Amino acid sequence: MSGKRTGRHALAARALIFAALGDETRLLVVTKLCDGAPLSISRLTAGTDLTRQAVTKHLRVLADAGVVRSERSGRESLFALEPRPIEEMRNYLDSVSQQWDGALARLKAHVEKN
Amino acid sequence: MTDRIENSVELKAPVSRVWQALTDHREFGTWFRVRLDGPFEPGRTVRGQITYPGYEHVKWEAMVQKIEPEHLFSFTWHPYAIDPNQDYSSEVPTLVEFTLEKIAAGTLLRVVESGFDKLPDKRRFEAFRMNEGGWGEQMKNIAQHVG
Repeated sequence: MSGKRTGRHALAARALIFAALGDETRLLVVTKLCDGAPLSISRLTAGTDLTRQAVTKHLRVLADAGVVRSERSGRESLFALEPRPIEEMRNYLDSVSQQWDGALARLKAHVEKN
Repeated sequence: MTDRIENSVELKAPVSRVWQALTDHREFGTWFRVRLDGPFEPGRTVRGQITYPGYEHVKWEAMVQKIEPEHLFSFTWHPYAIDPNQDYSSEVPTLVEFTLEKIAAGTLLRVVESGFDKLPDKRRFEAFRMNEGGWGEQMKNIAQHVG
């Protein structure tokens, strides 16, 4: 059966992420980026009373924790949630593996009855 | 970096019984919770409708690869393809292989699913958000709660 793949490094990385997210403004920024589409600083400040400088500062903290990455688009910088491929992949494989565990448990019940 | 998952289970039933439960499409459907449109044959695409409560709207589709009696059954499919508004057909499918081995207690069944490294990042991101432990979703919840 599959085991949990949460190692010490993953926990340390997660602690860093949660520290970066432990701020109301940064949480708001992350929420805006949750749909996956990269956003400019203007888009991120729209509808809030945050200044460009404040958002820029918070984005830097998030980038340092590996939560957010930036990319250039013409004269603008766009910010997006970092896909964090390795940890995601582990989570993803854990989910798929759990699905299989469920299916195999049902198969076991099916072939072992009578 | 792993791109496969391996699960196994010991079944207190003879290999022939397990083989039938795996490869007879009606029997497969009862434990996998899917209603399939026809038998498993190599090269055939088998389609069906999920019967798992809450997921009845989800379509199931797999292309049968190998059927080596009482030893190997394999198919390719799109894992976690549960969004009805999404077209998964352009993605590289993963390979699912069931292998059976006779043991004293009955049958050792292994399932290996491989090829996850070919999945687009977007899919992994979605799946990550679907996962209850996914921090993106958690953060959304918290933001809603505090907002």
